[in-house]
Amino acid sequence: MKAKPDKDHRYYRALMRKIVVLMICISIIPFVSIGGVTIYYYTQSSKDNTIVYLESIVNKHKIYIDNFLNEKLADIQTLSDSLTIEELLDDSLLQKRLEILQKRYRDFVDLGIVDKRGYQQAYAGPFKLEDARYSDSDWFRKAMKQDFFVSDVFLGLRGLPHFIIAINKRDDEGKVWIIRSTIDIERFTSLVENITIGKTGHAFILNRNGDFQTKPRFRRGENFPSVNEFINKLSSSTEVSIIENKKKSGQRVIYAISYLKDEKWLLVCQQDSADAFSSLYYVRRLVVLISFVSFFSVLIISFFLAKRLVGRMETADLERAKMHEQVIETGKLASIGELAAGIAHEVNNPVAIMVEEAGWIEDLLEEEEFHKSDNLDEFKRALKQVRAQGARCKQITHKLLSFARKTHSQLSDLQLNELIEEVVGLCQRTARYSNIKIETELHSCLPAITASPSEIQQVLLNLVNNAIDAIGKKGGTVKISTGMDNRCAVIDVSDTGCGIHEAYVQRIFDPFFTTKPVGKGTGLGLSICYGIIDKMGGSISVNSAVGKGTTFHVQIPISQRENKV
Amino acid sequence: MNIRILLVDDEESFVDTLAERLRNRDFHVTTALNGEDALEKVKEYNFDVVVIDVLMPGLSGVEVLREMKKIKPLTEAIMLTGHATVETAIEGMKLGAYDYLMKPCDIDVLVEKINKTYERKAGQDERIRNALAERLSTSPMSVLEE
Repeated sequence: MKAKPDKDHRYYRALMRKIVVLMICISIIPFVSIGGVTIYYYTQSSKDNTIVYLESIVNKHKIYIDNFLNEKLADIQTLSDSLTIEELLDDSLLQKRLEILQKRYRDFVDLGIVDKRGYQQAYAGPFKLEDARYSDSDWFRKAMKQDFFVSDVFLGLRGLPHFIIAINKRDDEGKVWIIRSTIDIERFTSLVENITIGKTGHAFILNRNGDFQTKPRFRRGENFPSVNEFINKLSSSTEVSIIENKKKSGQRVIYAISYLKDEKWLLVCQQDSADAFSSLYYVRRLVVLISFVSFFSVLIISFFLAKRLVGRMETADLERAKMHEQVIETGKLASIGELAAGIAHEVNNPVAIMVEEAGWIEDLLEEEEFHKSDNLDEFKRALKQVRAQGARCKQITHKLLSFARKTHSQLSDLQLNELIEEVVGLCQRTARYSNIKIETELHSCLPAITASPSEIQQVLLNLVNNAIDAIGKKGGTVKISTGMDNRCAVIDVSDTGCGIHEAYVQRIFDPFFTTKPVGKGTGLGLSICYGIIDKMGGSISVNSAVGKGTTFHVQIPISQRENKV
Repeated sequence: MNIRILLVDDEESFVDTLAERLRNRDFHVTTALNGEDALEKVKEYNFDVVVIDVLMPGLSGVEVLREMKKIKPLTEAIMLTGHATVETAIEGMKLGAYDYLMKPCDIDVLVEKINKTYERKAGQDERIRNALAERLSTSPMSVLEE
């Protein structure tokens, strides 16, 4: 077989690439589109769920905290409404009231009555603040302007964080008094601090200046959004807004914000996105992992499949090309055979006439008058030559016709080895004459083949004679070996002769192709061999190296009858 | 008596030369250049041996042989053939031809085969004559029946 051209190799590699890409596309595109759509909608719904959950928590607590504050305010309001200033200025009564309040809600730390100048006129509570002055306090100034006031958390005079509920009350004389109560910040803070969502979710309260009203679990700083950002986001007092913010570390944080206390405070619920959407991210990671695993499996599988497929195609193509070549070869030989047979037949008749005419002249020469001729012997020699050449023509045409003959000869089971021994016997004399040794290496248990003995003999004789001719007078070895190969009997005839030139190898089975000098060979021997072996469903091929020798391989199917159509 | 031969072949020069050479060897030779002509001559004359070329335009050798055997069953035939038509020659022999020869043929071989063929025909004729004689001797009146 000829060496495969590089172009073919590139073609198959390109084909393989195409198949791989196509297979990957076919398997990946639906996978990606379905996966993408699913993930997209899952993400949406999951985020919505999480956000709704956050919102509901914030909402719930907003109401809770608002209620808490309102309750406290209402309690103080009740206190203010039920007692006159005079009664309130009574420390013991105030103390009693505080105890009543504390019985119900332990959040009340103390009660105090402050006059319009900011002096505390009466006080009930654990701290000694009877003479405290609040005239400079921020809350005092604000409280003076409103009917009631809930302060932000501040450190106050005692330096402890707390906030104050203050109510304006006018006495009979129209003087303004302020009833103030300190609310336990610990308890208030715990209300908010108890809000936890997932691992990182927690809540805190900010005032409009961005000051913490409860203790947050983290230190402020790192990309914490400004309070204005929250305020801008909020449009109404009842709404819960969601802000998603990115920290420097790439971590995303979700804030759920809502107003508290008549839009003065902000309840903020904060949770890391990673935590809030943990199940979503888990699913995403899983999907990505599965995608990668599937992608690589598809890649590997399609690669191997494509490789096998292309391999098969390549083999099939090669076989087809080979078969094509053989069909062309066979067809060529067959048509040449037909042509040759036609020519042989046409030539046969004129040759017959020529031989007859020569014979006729010979007959005539027998008559008396010619006996006197000086050239009688020369005439006879020439006529003999004409007859001999006629016979040679006859031989050629008959060989040609036997090459083209389509009829089957008588078939019988025959032992190749016996036949080979016979042929070797026939050729031994010629071989010895040329100082050639004929060796045989015969497979001991070769099954019988079904063939025409005379045809096989003809093939063997041709091959052995060719081998002897190839070696010539210089002496050498002809080796005949038999063997078995894949339900075929194999005969190898090799010689140590001159070899066949590479350019001739393709043509040696063509009729009339010969390298022997004119008159020595007809160029039909090997084409007849080819015809015979081909008819039997076998094959004949040649390996040759110039100067080293030639080997002919003949393969004959053993179950020849099955091979016949 | 010379052996009477009919030579049938479409190649005129071949027929003429061969006829001449056979006459030289004391045969009585008639020639025909195609099957139809040959059959006419077979009807008209009695031949001992007919030498027929298998491959001819018009009636083929085998057809001529088949017709001839109908007209003159006792006339013997030799098929003349190219190599490719050996099978046809064999078919001819199955139809009653005595032998076949491959062209170009050696005159001596042809002569030998003609002689052998004639011997067979002569033997046959002899036996027929004997049979006739026997019949005549047993019932002389049968002569009148013919």
